[in-house]
Order: sequence, then C-alpha cells, then structure tokens
Amino acid sequence: MLGVVRKKMLGQSLLKIRPAVSMLRSYSSAAKQMTVRDALNSALDEEMSADQKVFLMGEEVGEYQGAYKISKGLLEKYGPERVLDTPITEAGFAGIAVGAAYHGLKPVVEFMTFNFSMQAIDHIINSAAKSNYMSAGQMSVPIVFRGPNGAAAGVGAQHSQCYAAWYASCPGLKVLTPYSSEDARGLLKAAIRDPDPVVFLENELLYGESFSVSDEVLDSSFCLPIGKAKIERVGRDVTITAFSKMVGHALKAAEILEKDGIDAEVINLRSIRPLDRSTINASVRKTNRLITVEEGFPQHGVGAEICASVVEESFAYLDAPVERIAGADVPMPYAANLERLAVPQVEDIVRAVKRACYRSVPLAAAA
Amino acid sequence: MSTAFSAANFSTQSFPLNHTSTTTHDSPLVFAKPTSQFLRSTPKLRLSSFSKLNLSRRSGTVVAVSDVVKQKKSKSTPTLLITKEEGLELYEDMVLGRAFEDMCAQMYYRGKMFGFVHLYNGQEAVSTGFIKLLKQQDSVVSTYRDHVHALSKGVPARAVMSELFGKTTGCCRGQGGSMHMFSREHNLLGGFAFIGEGIPIATGAAFTSKYKREVLKEADCDHVTLAFFGDGTCNNGQFFECLNMASLWKLPIVFVVENNLWAIGMSHLRATSDPQIYKKGPAFGMPGIHVDGMDVLKVREVAKEAIGRARRGEGPTLVECETYRFRGHSLADPDELRDPAEKAHYAARDPITALKKYLTENNLASESELKAIDKKIDEVVEDAVEFADESPVPPRSQLLENVFADPKGFGIGSDGRYRCEDPKFTQGTAHV
Repeated sequence: MLGVVRKKMLGQSLLKIRPAVSMLRSYSSAAKQMTVRDALNSALDEEMSADQKVFLMGEEVGEYQGAYKISKGLLEKYGPERVLDTPITEAGFAGIAVGAAYHGLKPVVEFMTFNFSMQAIDHIINSAAKSNYMSAGQMSVPIVFRGPNGAAAGVGAQHSQCYAAWYASCPGLKVLTPYSSEDARGLLKAAIRDPDPVVFLENELLYGESFSVSDEVLDSSFCLPIGKAKIERVGRDVTITAFSKMVGHALKAAEILEKDGIDAEVINLRSIRPLDRSTINASVRKTNRLITVEEGFPQHGVGAEICASVVEESFAYLDAPVERIAGADVPMPYAANLERLAVPQVEDIVRAVKRACYRSVPLAAAA
Repeated sequence: MSTAFSAANFSTQSFPLNHTSTTTHDSPLVFAKPTSQFLRSTPKLRLSSFSKLNLSRRSGTVVAVSDVVKQKKSKSTPTLLITKEEGLELYEDMVLGRAFEDMCAQMYYRGKMFGFVHLYNGQEAVSTGFIKLLKQQDSVVSTYRDHVHALSKGVPARAVMSELFGKTTGCCRGQGGSMHMFSREHNLLGGFAFIGEGIPIATGAAFTSKYKREVLKEADCDHVTLAFFGDGTCNNGQFFECLNMASLWKLPIVFVVENNLWAIGMSHLRATSDPQIYKKGPAFGMPGIHVDGMDVLKVREVAKEAIGRARRGEGPTLVECETYRFRGHSLADPDELRDPAEKAHYAARDPITALKKYLTENNLASESELKAIDKKIDEVVEDAVEFADESPVPPRSQLLENVFADPKGFGIGSDGRYRCEDPKFTQGTAHV
C-alpha cells in the first residue's frame, strides 16, 4: 500500500522540483533525470577513481553490490582491497577506518542503516570527532560515515530512528543531509574530500526518487559547499526549514498553500552541522514566520536548535511563535496507519503554516 | 640461557591469590582452582601455545619461557641475550619510565597535575621490551595508562610533563591531558580513555600499512602496529572483533595484553570465565603467547618474534604479558582490595632491579655506570618539571582551535572562498 503511495509521490515530486530548480539558476536546457541512488554511486565512483586513498568499507558493500545497491559495480571496478566486505562488527570496522584515517587514508564507512551506527558511536564521537582537538591538530580524521537514516516503510522501531540531532550536537563532526540527486552528488563529493569526519545521512525512501540534474552537476569536479543551505522555493509569507525527505513534503505543502494565498519559502538545510544560521535568519527576517520540519524525535531536535537560533538572533522580527513539526514522541510503530501518524505528513505542515499565519485551524490531535 | 635472570619460577610457588581473607568479598574458594591454574601456568599449556609459533623458523638460540629455559640450563656457557649498549638502553628507558611516574605522583599531590592520572609503575618491562624494538614509522596505540608508552616511543619527557600540567607546550598543546597523548612525529596514535577503543584504531593503522603496500604500491611498507591494553579489555567485544578481522586480513599488528590482574578493583579472575587470555588467540587463528611481563629480556625475545612475524606479513600475534602495577589504578584509587602479600610478591620481581642484577652479574655494566644513568634520568625528569612549570597556559583563543582540520569547518580555503568553487579542487582525473 505504501508502495503505491510512494509511486504517486514520485510523479508529483518530478513536477514540483523542476520549476523550483530552474527558477534559481539557469543551466543548459537539456536536463537529465538521475536517481539519488545513481547520484551516490557516481559520486563514490568518481572519488575513488580520482584518489587512490579513498576506500569503501561496510557490510554487503562488495559482492552484494550494497545493501541498497548504492555501491553497485564498485567491487568489480576497484577490487577487494578498496571495496571491503566486513564481518558484522560495527564497532570494530568503524574503529579500523578511524585508525586508517589517522594515517592519511580516506575511508568511506557504510552503515547499513544509521541505527547500527549506535554500535560504533564510540568511535564516531570519541575517536573520530574528538581526535583533532585532543591531539591539537596532529591527528585529523578525513573519514565519511554514510548510510540511510530515519524512517523507511514499516521497518519497526529499531530501524527507524533519525540521528541528525544526536550527531549534530557533537563538535568535531560535520553532519550532512542531502535531499535531491544534486545534493547527494555534491555533498558526498565534498564530504569525501573534506579533511574532517563527516556523518552523511541519506534516506532509504529517497534512493529511488528521480530528480533532474544539470550538466554542471554531472561534472566530475562538482561539489557543494558544506554548511550552506539551499533555498528551494522563494517565498514571502512564511519560512519552512526541512532536511532530507521532509524537503519534498515541505515543497508539496507549499504548492497547497499557494492556492490559499500563502507564499511559503522552503529552505533545504543540507547541512545540520555546521547549521546555516545566516540563511535561516535572513529568511525569517524577511517572512517573520518560521516552521521547522524534521522526521526525528521532537525533544532536543534540529527544530529546537533552529528555534533557539532564531530567537537569539531575530526575535524582534518574529510575528508568530515558531512551530516545530517533528516525528511523534514515540518509538516508531509498525502498523501502517500508526506509522503514518508518527511521521510528519504534508497536511501537518499545511496546518502548522496556517496556524503561524493566524488562520484559525484547530491543532491536530495530541498522541 | 639467561639462568642468572630467571624470573621467579612461579610454577613452584603456590601463590595465595585468595585475597578474600582480608577483604569483604564473598569468599569463593572456588576461585582457588582457577587461581592456581592461572599463576602456575603448567609447562604443558605454554608449550602447546608455543607450538603454534613456527618453532622451526626460530634461530634456535632463544626461547623466552621458563620451561624451555630449564631445558637449556644444562648448557655450559649461557649466551647473553643483549649487548651492553642494548642493556644500557633498556635500563635507561625503564628508569625513565619509573622516575617519571614517581614524579607525576609527587606533582599530583602538590596540585600541579589534576584529573585522572594512571601510573605505570611496575609494568615498565612491557613497554620497554616491546617499543624499543620499533622503528619511528611503526605505530603504538595505548590506553589511558600511556605516559610510559609515549616516553618509550620517543616523545620527549618535557612534552609529556607539560601536557600533564596542561600547558601549551605539551605534546597536544594541553588539549589532551594524561589520557590522550598523541604524537604524529613519533607515531603514537593515542591515548584513549575507553578501554578497547584503541584496539580497532591500532588494527586500522595496521590495515593502512597493508593498504599502502597493496593499493598505493609503496612496496617496502612494512610498518607494524602495537596495541597495548589490559586484562579488563579482553572481555570487551571490540577486542574479539579485532582479533577476528586482524587474522582474517592478516594485518601486521601485535596485540599486547598487559595483564596486571586488576581492572580498578575487579580482579581478572572474578571477571573472566577463562582467565588465560593467550588462549583466545588460537581461537581466531593467530598464535597466543604468555610471557612473564616482569622480565624485560623475556618480553623482548617474544616481542622480536611477534614483531618479526608481522613485518614478514605473516599476520597478527596475541601476547599476554603477566605484569603488575605497583600503585593503584589511578592516583585517586585507595587501592584497598589488593592483598599486600600479592603486592609484595610482585615488588620482589621489580623489572628494574632484575635487569640491574642481570647486567651486573653478566659484567655488562658496572654499578657506577648504572648509578650514572639513574642520576642522568633524575636530571631529565627535574628538567621536564621545571620546563613544564615555566611554560605558559594555553591562551584563551586556543579554546576554539583545532576542532576541525578544515579551519572554518565550512569547506572554506585559506583564501576565504569555498574550496569547492576553486576549479583546481579536483586532484587527479576521475574516469567514470
């Protein structure tokens, strides 16, 4: 059932995205379609080809062609010394990758989902993030931890958590959350070339989604800056910030709101740490209203940080309280209808925007 | 063989490790059995683990375990294990370790040092025995008990002492502290507070050595990595994960267990189902060796073989060194749980005294030469303290430095522009 929903969303998103992109920049008119999966695969391929020190390590990345087929074809091309299938030992192989990074290699560690990164979180935080500081710059760690993050479809509580807020609270890490294929390619290439530990949070449901990409994006030296958000849709009345899958929802909500005369500005955060506070604040100063959307748990989430930042820097510009939309404050249920209630939907965003604009709309039922 | 220097044959002594009499532990006399099995490691057991080492490859002159030593006893002239220079080097290194740690204790109680300080007194033979065989490009990964590993690897005493005082001239500019000693120059990869954390890091460093040889085609890269950790760590999942992967990929690493029988106040025997750690090596397909860690010459012989194996590309080795820490777990530890008789037993086997005895009895060095070394080390340590005292504390601006290798954290280069906008950013050409 959700598969059907997904297909419908795909079709709609294609129509929505193209105009947004072409509004902001002008590329050559023949724009290609590329799935996020192909974007990640091509980024990995190009980076491994350009620099021999880059290698990929994870469960099922080699012979299985990747648990989600992101690393398809890489084992054939680069051999088993550079595409390593590991035993099921997250703590072990994350640490091994950090040790290799200490010596100047550039590992890309794949976690089958970021839920499994909790088994390796000691290495991500304590030996990767903190090392450059503890060693006063002697041990830099040019490593990338990547994998799907957040809820998929019906995978239950232990496979559905969003880790953006947890990793983004730690100094020493860079946390990136791509949405489109352009984001995926540009940010992954930037992450691999970056001399610091990067946590690269993808989304399983986005892997199959197709986005149009310009020739510039397809170039092998295409890179996006880390720490810069992208304004996906310019607007005047309200700012909606989102990352990863929620950007798609926010854009759809913006279409719906347009019919009601509300012109929403949608910001695709792209980078949770460093957070692009200047873009967010500039936008809020323009629109005076803010909605933050995220998939993860609400307490201490990304929305909380954005809200604090706006209150600190642009308090006088706010015309309405900041609204946070987040996942429900429960472990992810399995039943399809409950799961739908636990993750933000387009209607929730529309309702929240209307509330922020003081159009009277009752609050959604509390859990 | 080193008959004059055979460390206490604990195979004859039945050591009463049932400290239960003096403490409030529940008294498991059932521990008596594994206790005796452990300390009185029978010759049979040790020989079986040695057979895993390809004995035929050895030159046949030296084997570092007491039962094989007994066999060689009948030879008329004992072959010396070290030359005079080597002996003096080992002696100096161990004395430096001891004097430094003693000075740390003094400085801590005077308030110059703070936080968690874990001292290495008594275990010097392991550090010296292993690290003095390494080249500068070989890597060492340690735990929070890392001062002496740093000193043996070549980090200057001044840098270590300043780091402990939290001064900006320390090896990590005062940002790491006692438990986080790093040195890029000497390839000391830390200093980790979490036990077991260093083992995968070390395995990764060994992986790099192999990667450099096979992928980056640096044909002569034979760098070896040593991972030092304790008995408590051997129950941790990461230890087993890395034994598996190191053996699977035949990495050039030596896993050195400094089994000092205690993890803070938890006796190794109370925490471990099978206390003989060296047996866990063969379970993963690598040799496991048990050696007397209070005897630097024995440790050195075992280390030569293990490091040689790694350098030749034959894979990892697990070496269990039975050793003892004379002080508590840290300077904040009252150390009430250990039996004074046990402490006395090991104090009598002080590695420095033993080496001194060996050197003088075999006429490798005179008392006066050794005393001169003692004096020299005292001066080095005093100088280190003076230097650290006089060094400045880090300036306020240092607080926010070094979080990222990329200074602004935004992928911004030194010219202030985003690096990705620089057309020269791609190194090499990507062939898709």
